[in-house]
Amino acid sequence: MTVQVSLQHAFDAFALDVAFELPAGVTALFGPSGAGKSSVIKAVAGLMRPDQGLIRAGDQVLLDTDKGINLPPHRRRIGCVFQDDRLFPHLTVRQNLSYGRWFSPGKGGVSFDQVVAMLGIAPLLARRPQTLSGGERQRVAIGRALLSNPQILAMDEPLAALDEARKAEILPYLEHLRDQTQIPILYVSHSVSEITRLAGKVVVLGKGRVLKAGPVAEVFSDPNLSPWLGGVREAGSVITATVAAQEHDGLTRLHTSAGPLWLPRVDAAIGAALRVRIAAQDVMLAVQRPEGISALNILPATVVSLRMGDGPGAMVQLRLGEDLLLARITRRSAMHLGLTVGSPVFAVLKTVAVAPGDIGAPPITP
Amino acid sequence: MPDWLSPDEWRAVALSLRVSLWATFLSLPLGILVAFALARRQFWGKQVLNGLVHLPLILPPVVTGYLLLLTFGRKGFVGQYLDMMGVVLAFQWTGAVLAAAVMAFPLMVRAIRLSVEAVDAKVEQAASTLGASPMWVFATITLPLILPGIIVGAVLAFAKAMGEFGATITFVANIPGQTQTLPSAIYAFLQVPGGDPQAFRLVLVSIFVAMAALVLSEWASKAVARRISGA
Repeated sequence: MTVQVSLQHAFDAFALDVAFELPAGVTALFGPSGAGKSSVIKAVAGLMRPDQGLIRAGDQVLLDTDKGINLPPHRRRIGCVFQDDRLFPHLTVRQNLSYGRWFSPGKGGVSFDQVVAMLGIAPLLARRPQTLSGGERQRVAIGRALLSNPQILAMDEPLAALDEARKAEILPYLEHLRDQTQIPILYVSHSVSEITRLAGKVVVLGKGRVLKAGPVAEVFSDPNLSPWLGGVREAGSVITATVAAQEHDGLTRLHTSAGPLWLPRVDAAIGAALRVRIAAQDVMLAVQRPEGISALNILPATVVSLRMGDGPGAMVQLRLGEDLLLARITRRSAMHLGLTVGSPVFAVLKTVAVAPGDIGAPPITP
Repeated sequence: MPDWLSPDEWRAVALSLRVSLWATFLSLPLGILVAFALARRQFWGKQVLNGLVHLPLILPPVVTGYLLLLTFGRKGFVGQYLDMMGVVLAFQWTGAVLAAAVMAFPLMVRAIRLSVEAVDAKVEQAASTLGASPMWVFATITLPLILPGIIVGAVLAFAKAMGEFGATITFVANIPGQTQTLPSAIYAFLQVPGGDPQAFRLVLVSIFVAMAALVLSEWASKAVARRISGA
C-alpha cells in the first residue's frame, strides 16, 4: 500500500507546503527543529487540521479538504509513537498494549504474543508505566501502536528523549519491526545515524518545504544538502557491505563493491548484509595510493561532484563501486590535488572512525 | 436508634444525612459536566457561567436562600410551573436538598476542575489514535484519571451540605421532622432556655460526621491515586 500526503498550512512562523509518498518500509522525515516535521505527523494522525490537504492510504481517503473529508483520529488507524511515550498511567503494561485491540476492526495484523516477543517486553506485562525505564516505556508505546492494527505507523522522534544507551537498546527492535511487518512507517527524526540505520527513503524538510526526497544513500550523499543535514559536521554517506570475515585481531573485514573495508569488530554473522554510515569529515582523499600510512581502508573512487563551501571547506561526492561516498576536505586541498569531476582518487578511512551506532542492517524491502 | 439522642435530635441527624447524600449525588453529574466545560472548552458566556457557579460561595447564604425562594417558591417564576406539575420544593425536605446542592456546588466544581486540568490532553490524543472515539476516551482514560478529584469534590460537597444553614433555613424554614437539619436543630435548641445540652450533643455528632467524611475522602483519594500511579 502506498500513502499519499499533500499538505498546506499557514503557521505564525512559517508556511507548511509539502507533498510526498510513503511506500512500504520506513520513510524518514528529516530536518532541523521547526522544519514542520511534527506538524506533518499531527496532520497525518488527524490531530491537526491543515488549511489544505489530501491524505490517501491506498484507496481510503483520510483527508481531502476540497471535498470536506476529514476523518477523526480514531477512524484513521494511524498507530502513533510520540517522543514522550504517552502511556496510560492508570493501566498496566498489558492493558496499555491491549487498549487499541478493543477498537481495531477485525483480527488481522500481528498477534499480542508476537509483538511482546519482538519487543522483548514479556517480563514487564504486569507492571505500571511509572515503574519502567525510559527505553522500556518507549518499547511498550511502540507495541501499543502496533497492536491497534494500524494501516500506517507514525513515529515522531521516538528516540529523541533517550540517552545513547537506550537508543542502542531500541534500534534493533525497530529494525525487526521494519523487516517483520508490512506496515508503511513514517519516521520523524533529526538524527542522521538513526535514519541511516532504519530508513529506505528519506524526505528532507526545511522551513516547511520538501528540499529533497529519495533513497537514503542518494539523499545523504548529496553535497548540496549537507548544510541542511545538520551542518557539515553531521554530513556523511551510507554504503552497503556484507560481512566477509571476523579476523583474529578484533577486526571485521567487510566486502564492499569497491574492495575490502576493515572495521572494529561488528557482531554479525559471515555473509550478513550491513549498512555503514561514514562521516564525510572522516574521509581523506589522495590522488596516488598512499604508502606507509596507518589507515587500513584505502579504496579507489571517482569524483562525481564537487561543492565549494562559503568557508574553507569543500564537499566531494565520490563513486565508490556501486555506492556514493561523501568526503569533506578543504578548498585548498581540492585545488592543490586538482580535483575535478571524473578525477580518479583514493578514499582513505581510518578503521576506528566508524562507531558501532553507525552500523545497521539494511531494510529487506528492495 | 441510639438512646443518647432524643427522637427529635435523631430525626434532625437522619434528615441532614439524607439531604446531604441526595444533594451530592444529584449534583455530581452536572458538577463533572460544568467542571469539564470550564477546564477544557472555550465558549461564549464562559465567565458568566463561572461567576454563577461561584456566586453561592461569596453571597451571604441568606441571600442565596431568598433568591431560591423567589425562584423556586410556589409563586416563583420557576416554582409556579413546578407547582402545576405537582412538585413543591419550598418548605419541603426536597427544597433543603436543592439549597444544599446549590451551596455545595462551587466546592465540588473547583475540586473536579483542578483534576481535569491536571489530565494531560496528549494522553487522551494517544487514546484517540488507537481507535477510541471521544466517548470511549472519556470513559476509559479521562474518568479514571480524574476519579481522585471527583471523590474529593463529592466529599467536600457532602460536608458543606451537612453544615448548610443560612440558605436552607431561609428557603425551607426550620420545621422539626420535615426541614429541620442538624445545624437548624442546633440553632433551635440554642434559642430555648436549657437547650444547651441537646445542642452540645448535636455539635458532637456534627464534628464526628465531618471528621469521618474527611478521613474517608483522604483514604479513598489516596487509594485511587496509588492505583493510578502504580507506586
